[in-house]
Amino acid sequence: MSRSAEARTTVSGDLGRGPMVPTAFAVSGKRRETADTWTLELEPPAGEGFAFVPGQFTMLSAFGTGEVPISISGDPGAEGTLVHTVRAVGLATQAICDALPGEVLSVRGPFGRAWPVQEIEGADVLIVAGGIGLAPLRPAILALLAGRERHGRLMLIYGARSPDQLLYAAELEEWAARGLTVVVSVDSAGPEWLGHVGVAPQLVRRELADPRALDTGSAVALLCGPEVMMRFAVSALAERGVAADRVYASMERNMQCGIGHCGHCQLGPTLVCRDGPVYRWSELAQWLAIREL
Amino acid sequence: MRELDELIAASPVFAGLSSAHLKTIAGCGINEHRSAGESLFREGSPADRFFLIRTGAVALEVEAPGRGTLVVETFHSGDVVGWSWLFAPYRWQFDGRTIEPTGLVAFDGVCLRGKCEADHELGYQLMKRFASAIVQRLQATRLQLLDVYGHVPVG
Repeated sequence: MSRSAEARTTVSGDLGRGPMVPTAFAVSGKRRETADTWTLELEPPAGEGFAFVPGQFTMLSAFGTGEVPISISGDPGAEGTLVHTVRAVGLATQAICDALPGEVLSVRGPFGRAWPVQEIEGADVLIVAGGIGLAPLRPAILALLAGRERHGRLMLIYGARSPDQLLYAAELEEWAARGLTVVVSVDSAGPEWLGHVGVAPQLVRRELADPRALDTGSAVALLCGPEVMMRFAVSALAERGVAADRVYASMERNMQCGIGHCGHCQLGPTLVCRDGPVYRWSELAQWLAIREL
Repeated sequence: MRELDELIAASPVFAGLSSAHLKTIAGCGINEHRSAGESLFREGSPADRFFLIRTGAVALEVEAPGRGTLVVETFHSGDVVGWSWLFAPYRWQFDGRTIEPTGLVAFDGVCLRGKCEADHELGYQLMKRFASAIVQRLQATRLQLLDVYGHVPVG
């Protein structure tokens, strides 16, 4: 794959120091999303701003616990504050989630290629998110809604494990009020849950069966979630006429340097930190089919 | 007012059937309206019907000792609920309950089984369509079993 084949927006991530030098950001706010997931607001040092484009990530660290790549989940229109939604699944992410307001985290970035928010103006857009995968899509959703009049129909299909695992529960309603059709489904629930129960790809198939939902012949899909879920979602999209060259997915691999030097996140001839994390599915499918990669 | 055979022709599971077959199937169906929270069928009871949802939603549930009622899947407009009427021993395997006011076409499965026995082409066409729906749900169930949103410890 040639990087020059598709030059999507990126923002250089060196904050003037070089990309391998971290910057100390102070935790300015913290909100619990689920039992193990927190949204943190981070402020750059005084006098320094922070700009990014939807889909980018940073290398984030609580000092002494190691760096992890975390997608930015904040509003790209609200410059200055860095927002991350982090699920505590190990030592490094637990330490980040444990950080209290006033404490300092180490940040490198932003890195990586963005969701094609500007390039897809005018088209209907389907966003398919699974689990914590809604976090990297949140900046794209906010950017799409900020320019609502420049886009066609917008739909979010969001799958989660159970109702108590839903991210941004209050915001989902707000997004719906601003012109995003929001369809939420969980894999299992008790009888008090009155929404959908079933997997997200099945919901893609069902929602797109109605020709009034989206123009599948020209719609663009943005996907983020477990890779298995995304593969099934792409199959459902293809069944309904959304071709792979109109599907974009954010990939996760073992990103370490963030700038394409170390090679840990290699995927075929690409490096996810540099050439991704957002890929066009048609560029990606051939590499995902090779199990050894 | 649209005839029942026209209504069911618009549903994915009956799409493409001949008008004669649609009329035969519609002859076994009636329109029903249910309030939210009504039981449609209970696990273990005779599965002599199946449903096409026109509006609203139905939850497929199972009672799990110690865990209460669990919703396995929900079905919505255009979905067919129930295939136990097609296969012996013709008993429901789960509970079915409306979760909002729901408009249904309820089909008499015993009547339709008889018509399928008498007209194997109808039986084959219906079996193809139900098999396709079953395969889709089997694949979805496998994905549910993978618990893809759960945390998988590394190392």
